[in-house]
Amino acid sequence: MTSLIDVDAAMRDMVEKLKLLCAERNIDKPALVGIHTGGVWVARRLQSLLGWDGPVGELDISFYRDDFTRIGLNPKVKASSLPFETEGRDVVLVDDVIMSGRTIRAAMNELFDFGRPASILLVALMDVGGRDLPIQPDVVGASRRLESNQRVKLLGPDPLAVELREKTGSS
Amino acid sequence: MPSIDDELSPLQLNRFQHLRHFLTIEGLSRKHLTDILDTADTFIEVGSRSIKKVPLLRGKTVANLFFEASTRTRTTFELAAKRLSADVLNINITTSATSKGESLSDMLRNLEAMAVDMFVVRHAQSGAPHFIAKSVTPRVSVINAGDGRHAHPTQAMLDMLTIRQHKHKFEGLKVAIVGDILHSRVARSQIQALNLLGAEEVRVIAPDTLLPPYVDQFGVKVFSSMKEGMRDVDVVIMLRLQKERMEGALLPSEQEFFRLYGLSQDKLALAKPDAIVMHPGPINRGVEIESAVADGPQSVILNQVTNGIAVRMAVMSMAMSGQIAELTADEEVA
Repeated sequence: MTSLIDVDAAMRDMVEKLKLLCAERNIDKPALVGIHTGGVWVARRLQSLLGWDGPVGELDISFYRDDFTRIGLNPKVKASSLPFETEGRDVVLVDDVIMSGRTIRAAMNELFDFGRPASILLVALMDVGGRDLPIQPDVVGASRRLESNQRVKLLGPDPLAVELREKTGSS
Repeated sequence: MPSIDDELSPLQLNRFQHLRHFLTIEGLSRKHLTDILDTADTFIEVGSRSIKKVPLLRGKTVANLFFEASTRTRTTFELAAKRLSADVLNINITTSATSKGESLSDMLRNLEAMAVDMFVVRHAQSGAPHFIAKSVTPRVSVINAGDGRHAHPTQAMLDMLTIRQHKHKFEGLKVAIVGDILHSRVARSQIQALNLLGAEEVRVIAPDTLLPPYVDQFGVKVFSSMKEGMRDVDVVIMLRLQKERMEGALLPSEQEFFRLYGLSQDKLALAKPDAIVMHPGPINRGVEIESAVADGPQSVILNQVTNGIAVRMAVMSMAMSGQIAELTADEEVA
């Protein structure tokens, strides 16, 4: 399968932008936190490219979604794991694809339940537009506009590839 | 032997075969039970945070309807609901309007009129949660918190979670349930869950007077002596002697019961060296279990309590999810 974007090139680009941004803001050794599942893969890849050490945090935002009263519980919910103190820490929040911004809102709410971070930077491998909320990533690997019936999905963890999917029917 | 479960099982599932009420283990699939355990695992993580709360059931209201005394079950249901951000009503039945002559049905309709989303029901009559689940509107889920001698499914699931944490899988496990099987809704639910999850052997160890009729049809091996029954088991589940439910002389004395069936260090030594000891509480020390065992290194009794909150969070969120899915599907049809 051919990937919609060149993931390796996008990753290298993100690493450079993130390094610059951290230097600009005097952020040293931030904590990387990925959002399940694709965001965790991207965060791990970033970490090895950056050469940072320490564990990568994992957030499953199922308990924080704003659509529980419409669609119910995600049956494949996983435990979140932040094996480090986030109180007062600079956090780099990582997701694979940003669209409505609702996932990021939920993830930030969950992060704050673990402690008050000093700052949060948002990194996304792909920005596909279609925002419902005033949330913008600080670092983006690639941007694409999608048709209303199109969605993208990150396949991984190794190799990482972005698949374009066309929605069929009314769902 | 026809059981109320035959009728009850479809009632607790929605059209997608997901939980919508939680009334009994019987009739559920292994996948249902595994899903509950997996979801509960994720809530254990929530319980270890400094802020032990998620917004999943924010704006939902849960009513605890305890028609029978309970401390542990009621408080862990209450904590579970609060950690899901639901609002909780504890209806004190003895001082409520039912004691002024209001019928159960009128009380339930009033709670529905207050837009309560979930009833957690404990009742001395077998089948009471089932009766209530049949009568409620589509906007209410019913959770069985123990009915008569019939079932106590959340207790059984927290026990399964505790076993899985310590033994990692059910295949190959020998589990002994000891003591007052006759009066125990916990034992019934445990036996069903253990068999469904694939435990190798479920044993019950009790005097004849504390065994229900036809116990051999439950999928268990029956032992009347600890010496034989305890041999090589991986898990020992002690039951509380339910003195308040005993009519007539089922036992010569508590001392005699302890001598024959109480879990002492000596009897525990017959089990596998890494066997775990469980008890649903409350414990009668010196009646069914020796203090040294209850507080000893093989005891996981307090883990059971912690796991009870996680399992109840899982079951409540899954039932609410099943209720929502059913309501959404109804709207689409309409």
